[in-house]
Amino acid sequence: MIEPQDTPTDQAAPVAPDLDCAPDVVMPEVIHEGDTTIVNIGPSHPSTHGVCRVIVELDGEIVKHAEPVIGHLHRGIEKMAENRTYLQVVPLTDRLDYVGSMYANWAYCRAVERLAGIRVPERAEYIRVIVCELQRIASHMMAIGPAGADTGATSAFMYTFWQRELVVDLFESLCGARLTYNYVRPGGVSFDLPDGWIEKCREFVAQHPAAMLEIDRFLFGNVIFRARTKGIGVLDADDAVSWGASGPVARGSGVDWDLRRDDPYSVYPRFDFSIPVGSNGDVYDRTRVRLWEAIESCRIISQALDGLAEFEPGTIKADGMPRLLAPRPGDAYDHIESARGSLGVYLVSDGSVRPYRMKVRSPAFSNLALLPLVSEGYTLSDLVVILGSLDPVFGEVDR
Amino acid sequence: MDITELREHLCGQYPDLCPLFSIEFGDGVLLVTSDRLHAAARDLKDLGFDRLGMVTAVDYGEEFELVYRLQSREMRAGIFVKTRVPRDEPTIDSVNDLWAAANWQEREVYDMFGIVFDGHPDLRRILLTDDWVGYPLRKDYENPTIIRRPDYL
Amino acid sequence: MTFLWGLLWGLAAVMFIAGGAVIGVWWERKVSARIQMRLGPQQIGPAGVLQMVADVPKLLFKEDIVPDNADKPIFRYAPMAVFAPIAMSVAVIPFWAGWAPLDSTVGMVFYLAFPSIGVLGILLSAWASHNTLATIGGMRAAAQMVSYEVPRSLAVLSVIILAGSLQPTEVMEAWQWWWVPLTFVGFLVYFIASIAEMNRGPFDLPEAESELVAGYFSDYSGFRWAIFMMGEYGALISASLFGAAVFLGGYRWLPGVAGLAVFLVLAMVLITAVMWIKWTFPRLRQDQLMTFCWTVLTPLAIVQVVVAGVVALWL
Repeated sequence: MIEPQDTPTDQAAPVAPDLDCAPDVVMPEVIHEGDTTIVNIGPSHPSTHGVCRVIVELDGEIVKHAEPVIGHLHRGIEKMAENRTYLQVVPLTDRLDYVGSMYANWAYCRAVERLAGIRVPERAEYIRVIVCELQRIASHMMAIGPAGADTGATSAFMYTFWQRELVVDLFESLCGARLTYNYVRPGGVSFDLPDGWIEKCREFVAQHPAAMLEIDRFLFGNVIFRARTKGIGVLDADDAVSWGASGPVARGSGVDWDLRRDDPYSVYPRFDFSIPVGSNGDVYDRTRVRLWEAIESCRIISQALDGLAEFEPGTIKADGMPRLLAPRPGDAYDHIESARGSLGVYLVSDGSVRPYRMKVRSPAFSNLALLPLVSEGYTLSDLVVILGSLDPVFGEVDR
Repeated sequence: MDITELREHLCGQYPDLCPLFSIEFGDGVLLVTSDRLHAAARDLKDLGFDRLGMVTAVDYGEEFELVYRLQSREMRAGIFVKTRVPRDEPTIDSVNDLWAAANWQEREVYDMFGIVFDGHPDLRRILLTDDWVGYPLRKDYENPTIIRRPDYL
Repeated sequence: MTFLWGLLWGLAAVMFIAGGAVIGVWWERKVSARIQMRLGPQQIGPAGVLQMVADVPKLLFKEDIVPDNADKPIFRYAPMAVFAPIAMSVAVIPFWAGWAPLDSTVGMVFYLAFPSIGVLGILLSAWASHNTLATIGGMRAAAQMVSYEVPRSLAVLSVIILAGSLQPTEVMEAWQWWWVPLTFVGFLVYFIASIAEMNRGPFDLPEAESELVAGYFSDYSGFRWAIFMMGEYGALISASLFGAAVFLGGYRWLPGVAGLAVFLVLAMVLITAVMWIKWTFPRLRQDQLMTFCWTVLTPLAIVQVVVAGVVALWL
């Protein structure tokens, strides 16, 4: 039994260890039966998609148990947020999911808006939908390409990255940043769309589905890729629900749950789109669901670009937004469907200018918890493919 | 069952808690005492709340407030279950037997707040190293690497 | 005198492989760039041809890191054990009418036997690294290379049966153009099995970078690493030359120097095809790899041997 321990005040507080006297990394005790090998993958390894360490117990090449060890990228963003004003927290949320920064921006801003009772102008909502659907495409490209790279098809990575590059260029012309956008702000967005951006966006949306179908043909149609991913890492729907999986990981298993439709937020009810759902819950379905979602995102973006014309340019911030927010005491939670699943932010205010507590409900964290379950019994080669298909972004897992 | 029926149902189940049950922004909030948390969670699961979204805690000085976010796919609704545990003895029953998602979520709360979940199969630190001293998200956590911003406001 | 002569030939073979590897790396970077919508090396020399000339000194001057826990003498010399057999195998390839660097009467067997000795070097390096990932890579390499030796040898056997000789130069003299369609299945089996023998994609499991970092040479750096790469490219060049000679006729298509040019072009086409396959296909899994070898390639190779045997009887 682990005793709760208060922070001892008389004891010296821990200091960051310097490298020379850092304690040796201790291997957690893994049940060691018979003729098994313990293999340590990571934290610096080509296919852990960040800094994840996986301790694998292998019987030959069969994974008997895979234990993810996370926290290598833990920066204490939730603690840092308690020490900053509401607006200053927005750049921190960029660093959560660094593959899809717009989502964390948006989820945080929605929680702040709910807490402070801010009404966002509709034009800003449309812009948020557009950038977040573009972000979904960019983020899924970062999941599909590496799915190919994990199985050894490095070329697919370049093809998906080409598409991601186009999205990132759009974002760069929108807000000047390519990775950490800090674009969605409490009360609206930071800049209106620059001249000609809508046309560039339409061009991208027009060519994207064809590029996706090409990838569908040469990656998902490839006989070796199918052999490597079909029936691998099977997650059944009950487990997906029970483990709190969301996003493409849950939808690949046939859990038809998408917050954009099932808990509609922003202006999503105005758009016509479908939610791709897999059936087998294997790596192939999880990855392919992402591909079709990217195509559906194009549909949403086109509709949102059409709808944007109705609103007067420039109305992108809520009226009377104070420089310094000090919401009423209370709490608020809001969640959006990010590329990885339901991303929620829980905020507690004590009436001051800083959040009393911020909690990020990270979909990647919940999805990664599935790794021991879905990788057991498959081979070491499958393990990296399964890990990739859960699409963890460790900025968000570790926070 | 929609959210108002749910409210009536829960008020019948927990008569003493009825005044505390509110519906804010479409999401219900159910306040329970810590010894009844597991029973309430089981009830809610039987009512159709099949997903545990998150478990977190807030440090309110003398007490920690535990916040459980549940979702129901069938009702398209979410609910918060909140309970308080005293700071000097932060112990609560684990809901890991109801939702497997509680496994990592409760480990994180243990890691950050030092709240012990009875019946959790594998209560270890998750984000911090095993030899870490203290619980960082407690308000009284001290660490020389944390630099307080001056109160310039 | 014989010793000096042998030394000279050995140096020539090493230079041939090393030069081929340098050109091969540049060519692979260009081919893969084209496949991946990139440009590849650009900056140094026209079309980046001098890039590898710049890379070789870099590799030479890099620190030679030997892990503390490694079995140091074996760790140091294992790369040579991988490279030497591959360099030796080039000796029996018939480049010219009646001429091979080493015109052995059992050249065909020599060629099949020698590159597979390299697996010992791979196992040594894997084991000496004292690294679980390297060890897994070494085990995979051993299983894979020993298994694929079977269909590969059977495929070559069909040509040996048709020619009725084990001497490469004699096989080339006996070669007829209609052997190409007759042994085409054998050629495909040889080609695929060779890709597996030289640990290239889609059969590069021993060094699968997404799982094993770099497999058996994870812990190598600098020039020892470069020797592994030279061994890999040497195997690619040697297998392509041998395949172009005994299966596709090599220099026999045209007389004189033109014949040699045809031979080299055929080998280049095979090298490019190997690269094309590597950059197109995902990697197989170990069990799929073994299943493919024993249930597809080996039966096909046996059928090819039977066909060649029947035709040889009728000849």
